[in-house]
Amino acid sequence: MRIAVASGKGGTGKTLVSVNLSAAVGADLADLDVEEPNSYLYFRDGPTSIIPVGRPVPAIDPGLCDLCGECVRVCAFNALVRLPGRIKVYEELCHGCGACMRLCPSRAISEADHAVGCLIRSSSGARRLVYGRLNVGEPIAIPLLKAVKGLLPADRTVIMDCPPGTSCNMIEAVKGSDYVIMVAEPTPFGVHDLILAADVLDRMDVPHGAVINKVGIGGVDIAAICAEQGITVLATMPFRRDIAQRHAQGQLMLDRPEDRRMFLDLWASVTKEVRR
Amino acid sequence: MGFGDEGGAPLKEVVVLSGKGGTGKTTLIAGFSALSPEAVLVDCDVDAPNLHLLVSGSLIQEGGFSASQAASLDASRCDRCRICAESCRFEAVLLDDAAGPRIDGIACEGCGLCERLCPSEAITMVDRASGTWMATRTSGGMMFHAILGAGEGNSGKLVAMLKRKARAYCVETSASLLLIDGPPGIGCPVIAALSGADLAVLVAEPTLAGKADLERAMSLCRQMKVVPAVAINRWDLHPALSEAIEEMARQEGAVLLGRVPFDEAVYRLASSRESIATTETAAGTATRRVWERVQELIRNESR
Repeated sequence: MRIAVASGKGGTGKTLVSVNLSAAVGADLADLDVEEPNSYLYFRDGPTSIIPVGRPVPAIDPGLCDLCGECVRVCAFNALVRLPGRIKVYEELCHGCGACMRLCPSRAISEADHAVGCLIRSSSGARRLVYGRLNVGEPIAIPLLKAVKGLLPADRTVIMDCPPGTSCNMIEAVKGSDYVIMVAEPTPFGVHDLILAADVLDRMDVPHGAVINKVGIGGVDIAAICAEQGITVLATMPFRRDIAQRHAQGQLMLDRPEDRRMFLDLWASVTKEVRR
Repeated sequence: MGFGDEGGAPLKEVVVLSGKGGTGKTTLIAGFSALSPEAVLVDCDVDAPNLHLLVSGSLIQEGGFSASQAASLDASRCDRCRICAESCRFEAVLLDDAAGPRIDGIACEGCGLCERLCPSEAITMVDRASGTWMATRTSGGMMFHAILGAGEGNSGKLVAMLKRKARAYCVETSASLLLIDGPPGIGCPVIAALSGADLAVLVAEPTLAGKADLERAMSLCRQMKVVPAVAINRWDLHPALSEAIEEMARQEGAVLLGRVPFDEAVYRLASSRESIATTETAAGTATRRVWERVQELIRNESR
């Protein structure tokens, strides 16, 4: 079973929910926010393996290339440019579709690997994490995100900490999950972005519900808005300075029985929703 | 582009970024706008835009935006040869769908390879609506913002287009300051938001996650040759981590802009669309100090 934790707005508590929920119920954790991964900060034993990941980009053999320019014409991403005497490849613009290689009349194009980041496994006691770390300056996160998902075991329950937003990264992250927990906060921004995220998930036909975090700040009646929008509220979590401080320093918040109970109750709500 | 190499053009661009989401970018830039009403605004967080929730105004122009194409499959012409599905790197061709062969519009990246390979001419590439851009006249300056269509990619291109419109407007109206609200992360829309800026204001929060994400955002600024300046928001939630973040920022050559305390008033005022920056609150006073530092930096570097 795959449970995604997403949000729309950043900083609402995705990582807080992901690390504590996975620890409370003994699930594996995957951090799919490859631009700014944070879950590893809660895994004290550190990395157990690091695997570099690349994506395919064209490599042009100048001995075979007759500068016909067909590759430049077929590239939908403007990643190839014909210069006097050669074709230049802008690797950062390439989506790796393979069209240029496939359609080159001289068969002058093969594919090389452009490094995008790495896959990292980490652990803390019995807890297990896999995450991706995008190289700084690399604009396209999708291939690395897919690579992290490719490592996830099919036969285990995995909680997936997803990137913020509602665009391609978020969509790729939540795709194929059995359920999405949206973490929201009762501020005008939090409500606005929760509705955007719910809209995307409705279009993708992925079942979802919300956890209202930081109750006590913001003053927006987000529960009423959820009811109006038909969004299931799975749990509410208070804003508490002690939670904020312990989470800030990379600590779990499962020591207090009532806090542990909160995550177990959340899990019970999620599994009930998944079975529906 | 760094300071002073714009060939005498007076326009300055300040982009607010953070790496980590939810650190207070939008609240800070709305504060800057309240303190500098002549500045033109751009909200580059096109997949979760929020600036319009803090800075109200009236919409004066809007338009559609198409940054890419997507494949469209005519099932009546398709003879199921599977060439398209086997060559698509994005698993966007659904030949065995119960409803008949079709393209998964969300997965399709618009490369057009399937259209070129299809022997039955069953596939055509069509423009996809990626989102809508808007120009809103606020009580301060003009605000350029957008909303990406649900499930659309290409937010980097939408960001670049918004900035082109805003820059053109600045030139037209002789505006001298462009304030850019950036998206979280370090990927394509962030690179597009940062590109060409004179100063990057990085808003950090005192958490280990905030520190790790700031480090990556500073590194991106360095790569793109934009001066990073760091402000710490809600610093008093963890003073020791605030200290550690400032130390790291100093070592990385960033300018320190100061600290803003956690203040419940920020949330209360946001609900009534008021800017914290013009109030006599702890966070309001601190925001004004940060803004003074930003102005100093812009002034000093333009000489």
